[in-house]
Amino acid sequence: MKARFLMPLVIFLGLAALLGVGLTLNPRDVPSVLINEKAPAFDLPDLFDPQKRVSTESMKGKVWLLNVWGTWCPECWKEHAFLNQLSKKEGVTLVGIDWRDEREEAKAFLAKKGNPFVAVGFDPESEAIMDWGVYGAPETFVIDKQGMIRKKHTGPLYPQIWESEFKPLLKQLEAES
Amino acid sequence: MIRGWLFALLLLPFFAQAAIETAQFDDPDKEARYKQLIAELRCLVCQNQNLADSNAELAQDMRRKTYDLVQGGASSEDVVDYMVKRYGDFVLYRPPLRSATLLLWVGPFVILGGGIVILVVIIRRRSQQKSKATLSDSDLKRARTLLGEEDNT
Repeated sequence: MKARFLMPLVIFLGLAALLGVGLTLNPRDVPSVLINEKAPAFDLPDLFDPQKRVSTESMKGKVWLLNVWGTWCPECWKEHAFLNQLSKKEGVTLVGIDWRDEREEAKAFLAKKGNPFVAVGFDPESEAIMDWGVYGAPETFVIDKQGMIRKKHTGPLYPQIWESEFKPLLKQLEAES
Repeated sequence: MIRGWLFALLLLPFFAQAAIETAQFDDPDKEARYKQLIAELRCLVCQNQNLADSNAELAQDMRRKTYDLVQGGASSEDVVDYMVKRYGDFVLYRPPLRSATLLLWVGPFVILGGGIVILVVIIRRRSQQKSKATLSDSDLKRARTLLGEEDNT
């Protein structure tokens, strides 16, 4: 009973530890559940030519990245130069989905800043987006040769993340049959 | 003249416009399920709002998807499964009971139980102290004097 006066201190330290852990967690971090699941199929009109279609079907047997973006999203502007570099220097196959956007604005954006995508699907009504569980832009998915989603990254891509998480994975996926 | 103006003013509200999202169902049961679902599913970008309350674009999309699924004949479980598959347990305002959420479900009851135990211990201790508390004759006399029940002599 001698140490009784220490009780408030102990309670305080306990609370501080609990709240401290809470501070380090990111409440916006939604764990992805589609990893190692079959990628949902989409079939969207091409951004540049509405008569053409962009679909998951045409990407079969390739390792590719799906990047969801929109001209309204500031992080996508930041990320764009890096995407250009990935497609030009590293030869990464990028497919874009232009989400909730204006066709003309998106075309002007790519014309001005360069187009890193092999194809861009146009999705103003969030048709495909819902199926992929996208809740913000940019988001990037890695899809393997079997059409399975192997990785999802929320937020812009940048060199550190690319080197540490994407590059080794892509190398491994390319080696798979 | 002024009457004419006032009359014109009366007509003004007819020009007011408010956008209301309407969802038409062919079956009242579907409508009830839709309403229950959007009240229980959580918007991902606005955090602590459900789909019904939020006007965020993503919430609108999710409402539309819910509508499509329900109208297309999906059961409430199907819709919840669809959302959980894509957005995780995060979309549920009523999280399922599993090891990761055990603390969430049991925690309040543990704290309540602890509180009751502490309460009982304190009450017991108090009543024990009370029964032990007996005054000696001289203390009793002094107390009476202080309370003015006996004359000061």
